[in-house]
Amino acid sequence: MSRFNLDTVQNAEATPELSQPYKDLGLADDEYERVREILGRRPTSSELAIYSVMWSEHCSYKSSKIHLKQFGEKAPQTDVLLVGMGENAGVVDVGDGWAVTFKIESHNHPSYVEPYQGAATGVGGIVRDILTMGARPVAVLDSLRFGPISAPDTARVLPGVVAGIGGYGNCLGLPNIGGEVYFDESYLGNPLVNALCVGVMQRDGIKLAKADGPGNKVVLFGARTGGDGIGGASVLASATFESEGATKRPSVQVGDPFAEKVLIECCLEIFAADLVVGIQDLGAAGLSCATTELAAAGTGGMDVELDLVPLRDPTLAPEEILMSESQERMMAVVTPERLDEFLNVCKKWDVTATVIGTVTDTGRLRMSWNGEQIVDLPPGTAADEGPVYDRPIERPLDQDAVVDVDGSGLPRPRNGDELRALLVRLVAVPNLVDKSWVTDQYDRYVMGNTVLAQPEDAGMIRLAESTNRGVAVSVDGNGRYTRLDPYAGAQLALAEAYRNVATTGAQPLAVTNCLNFGSPEDPGVMWQFAEAVRGLADGCRALGTPVTGGNVSFYNQTGTSAILPTPVIGVLGVIEDVQRRLRRSFHSDRARIYLLGETKDEFGGSEWHALHGFLGGRPPAVDFAREQMLAEFLAAASSEGLLDSAHDLSEGGLAHALVECSLSGDVGARIELPADADPFVLLFSESTGRVLVSVERADETRFTELCAEHGVPCEHIGDIDLLSSDLEVAGQFRVSLRELRAAWSNQLPMRFER
Amino acid sequence: MPLWHAERKLRHVDAVILPGGFSYGDYLRCGAIARFSPVMEAVVDAANDGMPVLGICNGFQVLCEAHLLPGALIRNDRRKFVCRDQVLRVHNASTAWTARYREGQELVIPIKNGEGGYVADKRTIEELEAAGRIVVKYAGDNPNGSYRDIAGICNAAGNVVGLMPHPEHAVEALTGPGTDGLGFFQAVLGVAA
Repeated sequence: MSRFNLDTVQNAEATPELSQPYKDLGLADDEYERVREILGRRPTSSELAIYSVMWSEHCSYKSSKIHLKQFGEKAPQTDVLLVGMGENAGVVDVGDGWAVTFKIESHNHPSYVEPYQGAATGVGGIVRDILTMGARPVAVLDSLRFGPISAPDTARVLPGVVAGIGGYGNCLGLPNIGGEVYFDESYLGNPLVNALCVGVMQRDGIKLAKADGPGNKVVLFGARTGGDGIGGASVLASATFESEGATKRPSVQVGDPFAEKVLIECCLEIFAADLVVGIQDLGAAGLSCATTELAAAGTGGMDVELDLVPLRDPTLAPEEILMSESQERMMAVVTPERLDEFLNVCKKWDVTATVIGTVTDTGRLRMSWNGEQIVDLPPGTAADEGPVYDRPIERPLDQDAVVDVDGSGLPRPRNGDELRALLVRLVAVPNLVDKSWVTDQYDRYVMGNTVLAQPEDAGMIRLAESTNRGVAVSVDGNGRYTRLDPYAGAQLALAEAYRNVATTGAQPLAVTNCLNFGSPEDPGVMWQFAEAVRGLADGCRALGTPVTGGNVSFYNQTGTSAILPTPVIGVLGVIEDVQRRLRRSFHSDRARIYLLGETKDEFGGSEWHALHGFLGGRPPAVDFAREQMLAEFLAAASSEGLLDSAHDLSEGGLAHALVECSLSGDVGARIELPADADPFVLLFSESTGRVLVSVERADETRFTELCAEHGVPCEHIGDIDLLSSDLEVAGQFRVSLRELRAAWSNQLPMRFER
Repeated sequence: MPLWHAERKLRHVDAVILPGGFSYGDYLRCGAIARFSPVMEAVVDAANDGMPVLGICNGFQVLCEAHLLPGALIRNDRRKFVCRDQVLRVHNASTAWTARYREGQELVIPIKNGEGGYVADKRTIEELEAAGRIVVKYAGDNPNGSYRDIAGICNAAGNVVGLMPHPEHAVEALTGPGTDGLGFFQAVLGVAA
């Protein structure tokens, strides 16, 4: 005897006026009305489950869609994009027959509720997106935001998130090669956990999510379906529960990385034997999403026997099965001829695989439960034709005030002693400190192809041992800049990620993005979002790097106070010979230190302002033409082997870059600032388009020639001194590396080591 | 040659490496389930007959679980996973896997583990020390609380070696801290260093 009443299509037709809990599931009145219109009757509770999750903000992008289409409309001309937006992840041609897929996704809210599992399943989800494209996942990166480092809740959330990312990624055997960690008051109740995964495949190995060919079999494989990750579904199911009532189920999914590891190897063997017509992972909205999307993108129809779904909890109601977000599951479409072979591969890997349905040409997604019809809907209406909102947009009232009060009155250091004191304070600022307490919990070596990993400017992996070709990836975002000017903030994040990739010697090719914002129902937040998207789309066009996909995370706010608007941008680049990669550490004695680019008096949103508890003014200006010239120069200089080290300048400016280059090489340097420079501005401004390089003396002439050829301003600002254990700025100050290292590296262990 | 866990024969291989990783997710005790893989019976027999066997990280844990090596590996004393370049000192340069090194030689080889703290009862530790069966020790900072800074040990015959560090990540300057790990593999392959 089942513990729920089955709501069949027949029943729905017979009881048109039955009141349904659509509001509890997040559907608005008019959205529910539209469902009734589409179906010509009230939905069954299973259909209601499907529409409610598929039309949720998370799955339908209903508030962001009208803005995001700019990424397509403004897309630059490119021949590197093999698969663009709309699939599970974009695919980029990186030459020589190789293709790379990459995407970033958020798992913010679950990571706040349950830091370890929230972050772990965030990694698991993005890895399956990459796998679904036909690629072997080869690396992950993570972009994290937490509340103030001293807040008690940060001590709960941060260690859990880091352990979760490490626990899942390490167990999968995926190197973690980069990312970022920032702290700000606004993230206290709303930490951001954005995970990026990179996958590698042969150009002709791309798989797509579509159910083509009537008669083909729909196979669900991987983990059994359980009650985890069911948010609103229990509300729905409980409406028809018998007397015992609804059980409390965890709304955060629980990850099983070993199951995912096995699933990855199983899928790759299936792909290699070319056994699938289409494939889709089960992520948000679980089976609802996989069935509607596969059917909508393919021939158009699918019949599913929902009671065949293997369950971890045999008491689950059909609505719960449809909404469950149990991890480590995939759905494939397989021809009847290849089905046995497919099932045999699954058997070899001990992966449960069950034929649960058939592709049809009826244009309907139909599901039955023990022979009774419980779902009968046109799949496109759930997958693609969700509501689209043009939300009200209004520039926040305080925006002018924020920009006008620009911090020009803040006291600047006046002499060498004050500059020195500022430097020592700045290297100990949470946003700038050594992050190895975090990154040492991630395996950066596994697979044996990691060429660069944190704390380098970008992660870099060799595509395979058989080639010297590699890709570099960086993720960047700066909520402070974006708060001051969302259009510029998104562009600054793009420019930073682009420059980070270029600084390793790679050529930037393509972009992914994770847009973390407050509530779209707040017109001020919506203005930030619209401006950021516009800025990013314009920036991508200017740089010639298309957006390949991404993710929007709204509702990152507590009460009415939203997080700093935080677009996180990932850039992927290619390098033909990974042996030519550039690293940041100073290491060659007497090598000449050059600053590339120009420094202006730009402190809006800077870490120096943050040190004063101040946020106002305008963020640094972006010059994409200059960024492109710089990137071309760096690629040329790396392939000629002219640079001994290269490090991008960002938060904390030149001073912080010098500290990082010296500390990571453990060598001193003597800096001589140009006579006409304002030492404070040159050392601490956060102007963009700048890179710090060191050049061996023998290469100096060719180096300066190459700068001139590329129109890149370069200035000699000092020399490396292998015997010195100080960072010295001539005529200003001298500070020992030991003092800098202590200030820089103690912060995270001191807070989180227990 | 990859060997499948469900195989019962070693298919004429000359040496076996049990690699690192997370066998069966390590949800139970590390290596506790993998030790019951059908192929392990053949590995144990071959090891007892003198075949060179190297267990790296999770492989070391499996060798301990299979009683080819004494002791056990427990959660790091700092209670978190640690990945870093580690200095090791060679204490026994006469095993099948360390014959390319000198006693006292320092190597830089990555470690990456969450449960790498080597423990055993006092008598076992004394026996290992006395018999020269401690193959490598951590030099400098002990990363995981291992007794006596033990990073790797061998069986009495010296053909079975288990260690927590990953020499396979120090075989190429491009992708590791150096090439100090090559010697483990060259020793068993018998190639010139």
